[in-house]
Amino acid sequence: MKTRTLLWFVAPSVALMLVFIALPLASVFWQSFFVTRTLFQEVTVESCQPGFLTQTCTTELRSQPILRDGKPVTERVFVGWENYRLVMRPDALVAAFSPGGGGWADVRQIDFWRALRFTLTFTLVTLPLVIGLGLVIALALNTAIASLRGPIIFVSLLPFIITPVVGALSIRWLFIGDGILTAALRWLTGENVIMFAQGWTIEVLLLTYRVWHVAPFAFIVFYAALQTVNQDTLESAVVDGASRFERLRYVILPHLAPFMVFVALIHLMDAYRVFDEIVGFSAQAHHISLQWLTYSLLMPDGSGSRAIGRASASSMLTMIGIVALLIPLLVRTWRDHHQKG
Amino acid sequence: MRQGFNRETMGMFKTLMLATALTVAVASGAQAACAFRNETPIRMLAASFPAWKAATDAMAECGNFQAELDLQFRDKQPAAMAAQPARYHIAGLAVNSLVPLLDQGTVRPLDDLVAKYGKDLLPNQLIRIDGKVMAIAILVNAQHLMYREDIYKQLGLSEPKTYDELLTQLETIKKSGLVQYPLGGTYRAGWDLATEFVNLYFGYGGAFIGAGNVPTVNNTSGQRTLEMMKKLTAYMDPEYLASDAPYVAKQFQQGKIAVSNLWATRAGAMDDPKESTVVGKVVMAAAPAAVPGGKPATTIWWDGFAIAKNIPDAEADTAFRVALEGIDGEMVRANNDLAVWLSKDYKPGRAARGAAESAQGGATPYPATTAMGLMQTALAQNLPGFFTGAQTAEQTLARIEAAYTTAARERGLLR
Repeated sequence: MKTRTLLWFVAPSVALMLVFIALPLASVFWQSFFVTRTLFQEVTVESCQPGFLTQTCTTELRSQPILRDGKPVTERVFVGWENYRLVMRPDALVAAFSPGGGGWADVRQIDFWRALRFTLTFTLVTLPLVIGLGLVIALALNTAIASLRGPIIFVSLLPFIITPVVGALSIRWLFIGDGILTAALRWLTGENVIMFAQGWTIEVLLLTYRVWHVAPFAFIVFYAALQTVNQDTLESAVVDGASRFERLRYVILPHLAPFMVFVALIHLMDAYRVFDEIVGFSAQAHHISLQWLTYSLLMPDGSGSRAIGRASASSMLTMIGIVALLIPLLVRTWRDHHQKG
Repeated sequence: MRQGFNRETMGMFKTLMLATALTVAVASGAQAACAFRNETPIRMLAASFPAWKAATDAMAECGNFQAELDLQFRDKQPAAMAAQPARYHIAGLAVNSLVPLLDQGTVRPLDDLVAKYGKDLLPNQLIRIDGKVMAIAILVNAQHLMYREDIYKQLGLSEPKTYDELLTQLETIKKSGLVQYPLGGTYRAGWDLATEFVNLYFGYGGAFIGAGNVPTVNNTSGQRTLEMMKKLTAYMDPEYLASDAPYVAKQFQQGKIAVSNLWATRAGAMDDPKESTVVGKVVMAAAPAAVPGGKPATTIWWDGFAIAKNIPDAEADTAFRVALEGIDGEMVRANNDLAVWLSKDYKPGRAARGAAESAQGGATPYPATTAMGLMQTALAQNLPGFFTGAQTAEQTLARIEAAYTTAARERGLLR
């Protein structure tokens, strides 16, 4: 294909990426250096509230925004790296590891580091489980009789089809309070099982839920890839006396390797942005993720304002984290590509 | 809600029996509930609890009315009201959710509308800020004590006056094994937990904000509040950090808990035979005091509505009339026990005792200011760590002050 033709083909997609990805990203980056403040004035105001059958009026000094044409007057201030500093709290980090500091226990009190700890655990623990479980289902299905394959594929894909928040909510209701499954666990173990009272059980639930939800994706990719394994190679392996395990180890897995990298790439990107589970399981008291941190900064606080600057900083940091995680895989893919080419 | 409809029709029939023009009224059927026929589409956003359901159902009788009831209304409201035109004509409010709207100038003064249509409003329904009526209160709300009278009688306990007294009673109830958990608490991480802290902290005589908007929560009152809350959690469902008001109310209705400090707007549901297994057994009382002889450790709230500024005057006029229809005497009589209504047709009943005694005992009105809004958020975000054991009381209070300071600087309150 001529370069010129190629450029024309990719032009629409490049244009859309510029408008919908690059520009917003640049804007978020820009906003992470600013803070918008409202100008307040001290005024003495009499305000009346209903008491019980009587009214209580109080005159007090209140800070009220200065309104001009019915709108609050605001000022936008360049603050440099201040938003990043407030999110990452390097000072507290240094203090935690200085003599007399509380070490890791202190670090976990800073939302960003607490969120990073959970996000990394979540991403890195679910990754092998998703790939492993997907592989097992795919291999099992590949040896199942043909007439059963359709129904099994359908059932295995179900978790992936369910909207994550809906899935998380329904699982939550199975486990919270006297939920069906908690009651069943109590009956089975004879212990008073309470899933939402401590951090680690919630973390187990969150991780298990994600594996259950995403494994079908890995499974369907691997299953498709299994259909393209070179049958001649497999047969000659059988002739050479290779055991079932050896065939898997030396023929099938090498063939699946690029697909595993693909699944790993997609899963890392998705898992690092974990959010639905935190909301669905109301886990925020115990665990928060980086994406949840950005969300909570963006939500209006009790005075109706949003911490846009800090939210922008936090989302830039999330993006940097994803890129850092993906680099090893991307380098590998790039190398493979060039070796073949 | 079918049951609401039935009550309403019952109430309506009673009214009709008294009416002199009986035949005329019967002929006009269900439409009789609204005094006029509304042709302009009117939208409203409010919190989701039975009292708002009843009021908005009554507003809907005027036609062309759509209400969105959502417990997360606080998150949606400021931006929705600031839109041009506003997404909702009527903003259902609690005392503190009026502040963001006032700060952004998105609600209109109601003095002329009150003069035109508000002859039935009580003077204490008019929320005046700087002399202008900015909102209409429809009910008074407070978290107050609810307890199972049958269990208290059986164990020979009397109504607790202080939290320390309550603690010893909870131990007795726990030992008796009569209920799954002695105490229910709306300790859900976030807004609910913050409000529980606010209630107790005022009980210990604390103040949140000092002169110049500096935080003043890191003190002994704060520590005593946290200690007491931690002690109370020992008697709660261990999943308390996920328990909000509807959840606790349900536990009460199902007979799983014996005592709770629950919102007055949930009191009526305890006696609803369709949902509750404890009809007639739950007694409402003033919130216990934090210190002996102190005022009830709770805050008095009001719920009400304001009208958007960013809508045409004619629509605001209609919206105000529709809203008034929602809180008319007919609705109040039909739903008397759902809330402590601010209405001359309201008859304080069994369900109102808790809120009334808390207020008369001198409970603090919730201090709705911009700074307090930031404080409530700082509390909501930093209290859970204390209960999960991640931080000590001192660390928690320091974190709350730090979070408040950061937010107040960004907001422009602290220079």
